[in-house]
Amino acid sequence: MLAALLLVAGVTACGSGSSSDGKTLTYWASNQSTSLDNDRKILQPELDRFEKQTGIHVELEVIVWPDLLNRILAATTSGQGPDVLNIGNTWSASLQATGALHQFDDATLARVGGREKFLASSMAATGAAGQAPAAVPLYGLAYGLFYNRKLFAEADSRPPKTWPELREAARKLTDPAKGRWGIGIEGASYTEGSHFAFMFGRQNGAQLFAGSDPQFDSAQMVAGVKQYVDLISEGLANPSDAEHLNDVDMDGEFASGQAAMIMQQSNATAVLKSLGMNEGDYGVVPIPVVDPLPAGGKPVSSHVAGINITAFANSDNLSGALRFIDFMTSLDEQKVLNAQLGSLPVVTAAYQDAQFSTPLISTFRQVLADRAEPMPMIPQESQFETLIGTVVKDLLAQAASGKKVDDATIKAKLNTANQQMRSGG
Amino acid sequence: MRDAAWVRVTRVFVLVVLTVFTVVPLYVMLVSAVKPLRDVQSLFTFWPSVMTVQPFIDMWRTVPLAHYFINSLWISLGASVLSVLIAILAGYAVSRYRFRGRSGFLATVLSTQMFPGILFLLPLFLIYVNLDRAAGFHLFGTRSGLVITYLTFSLPFAIWLLVGYFDSIPRELDEAALVDGSGPLGALVRVVLPVALPGVAAVTIYAFMTAWTEVLFASVLTTTETRTLAVGLRAYATQSNVYWNQVMAASLVVSVPVVLGFLLLQKALVRGLTAGAVKA
Amino acid sequence: MTATATAPRTTPRRPSFSRRRVRKWFPCLLLIPALIAELAVHVIPMLVGVWMSLRQVTQFTLRDWTRAPFVGPQNFALAARLSSPVGQQLLHSFLITVAFTALVVAISWLFGLAAAVALQKPFRGRALLRTLFLVPFALPVFTATITWRFMLERDTGLVNRILVDVLGLTGDRPFWLVGPNSFVSLVVVMIWRLWPYAFLTITAGLQSIPDELYEVAEVDGAGPWQKLLGVTLPMLRPVNRVLLLVLFLWIFNDFTVPYTLFGAAAPAEADVLAVHIYQSSFVTWNFGLGSAMSVLVLFFLLVVSVLYLWKGTRKGRSAWW
Repeated sequence: MLAALLLVAGVTACGSGSSSDGKTLTYWASNQSTSLDNDRKILQPELDRFEKQTGIHVELEVIVWPDLLNRILAATTSGQGPDVLNIGNTWSASLQATGALHQFDDATLARVGGREKFLASSMAATGAAGQAPAAVPLYGLAYGLFYNRKLFAEADSRPPKTWPELREAARKLTDPAKGRWGIGIEGASYTEGSHFAFMFGRQNGAQLFAGSDPQFDSAQMVAGVKQYVDLISEGLANPSDAEHLNDVDMDGEFASGQAAMIMQQSNATAVLKSLGMNEGDYGVVPIPVVDPLPAGGKPVSSHVAGINITAFANSDNLSGALRFIDFMTSLDEQKVLNAQLGSLPVVTAAYQDAQFSTPLISTFRQVLADRAEPMPMIPQESQFETLIGTVVKDLLAQAASGKKVDDATIKAKLNTANQQMRSGG
Repeated sequence: MRDAAWVRVTRVFVLVVLTVFTVVPLYVMLVSAVKPLRDVQSLFTFWPSVMTVQPFIDMWRTVPLAHYFINSLWISLGASVLSVLIAILAGYAVSRYRFRGRSGFLATVLSTQMFPGILFLLPLFLIYVNLDRAAGFHLFGTRSGLVITYLTFSLPFAIWLLVGYFDSIPRELDEAALVDGSGPLGALVRVVLPVALPGVAAVTIYAFMTAWTEVLFASVLTTTETRTLAVGLRAYATQSNVYWNQVMAASLVVSVPVVLGFLLLQKALVRGLTAGAVKA
Repeated sequence: MTATATAPRTTPRRPSFSRRRVRKWFPCLLLIPALIAELAVHVIPMLVGVWMSLRQVTQFTLRDWTRAPFVGPQNFALAARLSSPVGQQLLHSFLITVAFTALVVAISWLFGLAAAVALQKPFRGRALLRTLFLVPFALPVFTATITWRFMLERDTGLVNRILVDVLGLTGDRPFWLVGPNSFVSLVVVMIWRLWPYAFLTITAGLQSIPDELYEVAEVDGAGPWQKLLGVTLPMLRPVNRVLLLVLFLWIFNDFTVPYTLFGAAAPAEADVLAVHIYQSSFVTWNFGLGSAMSVLVLFFLLVVSVLYLWKGTRKGRSAWW
């Protein structure tokens, strides 16, 4: 059998061996802009600069999100992966548990500029509490409430500061006859669903995990999920939003004035621009919080969103990998990259630069620094995201097709998810 | 012997309904490929506001389509040629010889059709990776790995069809060749294969199609270097944007080779199936 | 069985001299490449999968998966226990898949038969229609499905454009990609893709029915229905037997269509097994549990296939293997 395999392998094999001369690195970048080609265009000049500085050549691969986790999984089981890779920061603890990522203990952190170089809130989403981080932040992201200035002016509304104000503004701006709705959401995306369930759950005082024991079906969590689903139940968002799966669906509605507000991450600015909406056309405020806050409720307007960068434990060029990570998180690179990608710098020093102290960016930065909590940093985070995200997606679909979604409906669904989580499903 | 009126009416009705059902998505694909992005992001229109070939130009840049094309071509050709060669040998053995384990062999090969891909995807991946580590065979992330994988996907159907085909070829033909001093392989190559050519062609196109369109295994077993079209097309939908017109344009370009091949060989496929199917 | 299928299957009796031993092993030699390929890519990985189903393979153990802790039938117990939500959802997904498969097999077969019979007699344009009908099957699955996804969007898709704006069948725009209708979408897309295969196979089967049978039937005064029921269907029996089984297995195991239509988190109403198991293993990294679910599915398919073939055999038609 081996002979046959060898034969075929020999005939058509094409080299995939990684060199270990210390002069090359493989880097898996996540897709951050509107196309893979665009990502490459943004990153390549910086990689060339790194090569000029250090003589290390970086082999770049940009990976679309649906593939990224599978590719990391493949790398983890096989030990054959890139030297440096991007990960969604919510996966940090999950991936940390595999042991496939390099541990950023204090000595390692020192080689990439030290813990103090990074924004404290972004640093909080780099691994489980009490363990050496599994990554360092690369791009910062935070949610904000985008509102259409023109529509708000016409309706004589002011950007909402509290959740009741948001609902009132949305109600005022909704006019189905004109095809206009108060707010747009991305209902079919389970990741969005899990983010908002988390945020609004926290606003209502939910504790998602006691240790590692899931508490999804608490009354507070029910209230949080309902807060989101009600946007459709109460007719403030277009029911069609329940099937929106990509940012462009929602951003498109916003850009064309069909939705007066959207809750989006900071990099939406780039997408909006490509859709013909300039920064002057909209304003951004933190996502409003329930008012008054229930007992135990926290003013959470975003999870600590963003992308982390890390080294693969099996890398045969660890020192090169760390030099590259240091380079990517250096002040200059942070300015260049985040400006182009519409994300937020994760190094504190960058905010002294004028281009990152615009009102828009200041708002996001303030959210990220003061009003954001990391998603649960536990190994089972990806289960949590799929289970809760799917529940929210199904509930939104129900609400959109006119079914009543009340506390009991939500509680039943969350309870199932809770049991599934507990039994390890 | 003209058919009764109601028979003709029913026939026309059936054909019209099925034609519409078949054609509508094809039309959507065609018309969306020549629309500007703005058109495909708003309510569907039956005709583009402006007809443009821009999607056909942009699609090569948005995604490295040409690269994927070459990968898919390589992999599909490799898989189909090898699959057919193996199937010819096996089909000939099953058709012409009675031996112990014959039915066991067929049962095994066919039962692989019922394995859920999900069950052996990860194990296969792990085996490839470990073969690489243990013996230095580059099967993970290489074209050869996919060639081997895909050839087995089409093999059961290929063997089944060829057994049927060979069975329909009179045995006297090979016996004559054997008497003339050819070995059994000689008889196969010189006498049986030429007669079975339509069947072989049908199996080849089937195997090619299987490899050309597979998504699940390709998404795990390839890297950017070796990515195939079927998986690569997904990259037109990024998190922040979906280039529907380019997706449609690329889909057309990707489909044309297989559809043409399939349609050109459809007569052979029908004949192959006739021989194979009635055996069942 | 028809005339074309009567080639005797006995080994030709031939004088065999010095190369007797070679002769004896010759057929096995011919089979070796096929056996190796199937073993390497299907059977061995399948066995590894079974092995995994008895272990706890999660993100904690994945890196050193060969030493993942043995948990015995625990994964199976979890997957099959109907009192637990994991078991309930698996059962739900199983029932959805069965309904989905049954509908698609039945309708695809019916469409295939209708089209094949309608095109049985030559007329102008027949070749064109035959070709056209095959296009959906020849299209790469992904491209076909993504086109459907585009058509099924609630606000902008062609389906609602026609149903609501042009025909005015309903005032409210229905959802096709989320909610209860997603099941209908899945069934329709799958039928669109697979009925041409039924058409192709039945067309092939029809060509081997001798014209004399129809002539005899006509002499006996049989109408179109009688000919269909008395000649066509009985003669198609062997073709149908394999066709239905192949369709059943393809549809039951299909992953690409639901995944492309709905993404990794399928709506509950269209949560077929392939996607459900993918989510249980690849998205949440619980490969032991995912493998256990797959093994249960495999077992089910095995039982159904064997029963199906065995029943066919008992009716006096020898299974060809």
